[in-house]
Amino acid sequence: MASSRRDFLKIGAVGGTAAAVFGFDLKPAFAQLRELKIERANETRSTCPYCAVGCGTIIYTIGDRAKNVTAQVVHVEGDPDHPTNRGTLCPKGSSLQQEIMNDRRLLKPLVRRPGGTEWEDISWDDAISEIARRVKKTRDETFVEKDAAGHTVNRLESIAWIGGCTDTNEFNYLVVKAMHALGVVHLENQARV
Amino acid sequence: MSQETLRIQKISGHAGSVPGEDTQRQYTVCKLIDTTTCIGCKACEVACMEWNDLPFGETVFDNSYQTMPETRWNYWNLILFNEHEREDGSLMWLMRKNQCMHCAEPGCLAACPSDGAIVQYTNGIVDFQQDKCIGCGYCITGCPFNIPKFNKETKRVYKCTLCTDRVSQGLEPACIKSCPTGCLHFGSKDDMKYLAEQRAKQLRDHYNFPKAGVYDPPGVGGTGVIYVLHDASQPELYGGLPKDPRIPLSVKLWKGPLKWLGNIAMVGGLIGLFAHYLRYGPKEREEEAKEPHEGAQP
Repeated sequence: MASSRRDFLKIGAVGGTAAAVFGFDLKPAFAQLRELKIERANETRSTCPYCAVGCGTIIYTIGDRAKNVTAQVVHVEGDPDHPTNRGTLCPKGSSLQQEIMNDRRLLKPLVRRPGGTEWEDISWDDAISEIARRVKKTRDETFVEKDAAGHTVNRLESIAWIGGCTDTNEFNYLVVKAMHALGVVHLENQARV
Repeated sequence: MSQETLRIQKISGHAGSVPGEDTQRQYTVCKLIDTTTCIGCKACEVACMEWNDLPFGETVFDNSYQTMPETRWNYWNLILFNEHEREDGSLMWLMRKNQCMHCAEPGCLAACPSDGAIVQYTNGIVDFQQDKCIGCGYCITGCPFNIPKFNKETKRVYKCTLCTDRVSQGLEPACIKSCPTGCLHFGSKDDMKYLAEQRAKQLRDHYNFPKAGVYDPPGVGGTGVIYVLHDASQPELYGGLPKDPRIPLSVKLWKGPLKWLGNIAMVGGLIGLFAHYLRYGPKEREEEAKEPHEGAQP
């Protein structure tokens, strides 16, 4: 047939186009990934405030500590160079970012009156003067100067102090001083971290 | 910011071969989960949520410490708590970290019809590219581990990424880093298999678990997440871990023989048409065909 050679070329051209369309590309395929959210973040070494183990953490903040920047925490994870935890963290420690970022954090003093069921707002001034009034009253009524055997003890057993896990060492120092001055013996804080 | 990319070795719904396939040596990453030392603290769950900035959802209490019955589109990593009574009547509390297994032959990728919506990188990580996802949900059918989860609002499917953003920058996944008991390990597949076998041998020889073994199912070509189990002969005890997971037969048929049959039928039809045209030329109208029409006209 006279047209067979031309037809062969036609078929070849169609086949080549199909191959190009269906992808015989030699350029390697890549995929764009999510950016590493801590890539240019600032690393600050810190200690987990929660328990007495005292795990080392790294707090990642955006901004490079320039004058016009307020740092924002984007991530907290374990410090691999810390001898206690070597990078690991427990579930509470892993959620440390939320201790700073969570919108359910308690940011103001609240009071629940005796017999009350609801928490009410109270200003710092009112709260502090009310606490002072009650401490004075309780201490005046229940201070123990001598025990049953007649030894001088000078203690106050009706008030107890519990420190929060995020209190600083300096704050705890002041607390211990103040409570010992009152005679409080039921005293617990987290100065051991 | 980061323009980090990873090379791809498998693409979903892609006609033809993967561009640049086998032009680079491969280094496969792997998670090792030693269920015998897991204490169920859920640090990995929290670390996953924290790193991936996943929105919080309600947890579901079902008389167990388990956070919710199964993983969600925004909860990729879940510890399954299983109570198992041994033959002597004593109780065993089996905990298993459940997440994407990153199969070497992923069922989700095989089932996905959208070009490039599911990819497997050369390091073995199976990743969903949500911008190319069409929300058909076939990957959910294709997965033997029930991992991909659909988000009704964005109409996309989500799952564990094995922290590709971290791994590509030389960091370990967030869950691995947090684990306080060291029951999670991360490294190359060969190293993890070696470690797992060592641990299983230790359990068999010294800890009275004669059936201890490694879970790396060959039905899906091995997985990028391997387990050390107390009793490797009964993986079902660990929250329904399939004993021999396979890509569902329907997906296999549909993406295998049926797809090729369809392609052959379609391309063969076109070629046949073309060949017929070359051989016989355009169809010529036959004169007789007009006759009854003319006869009916007068």
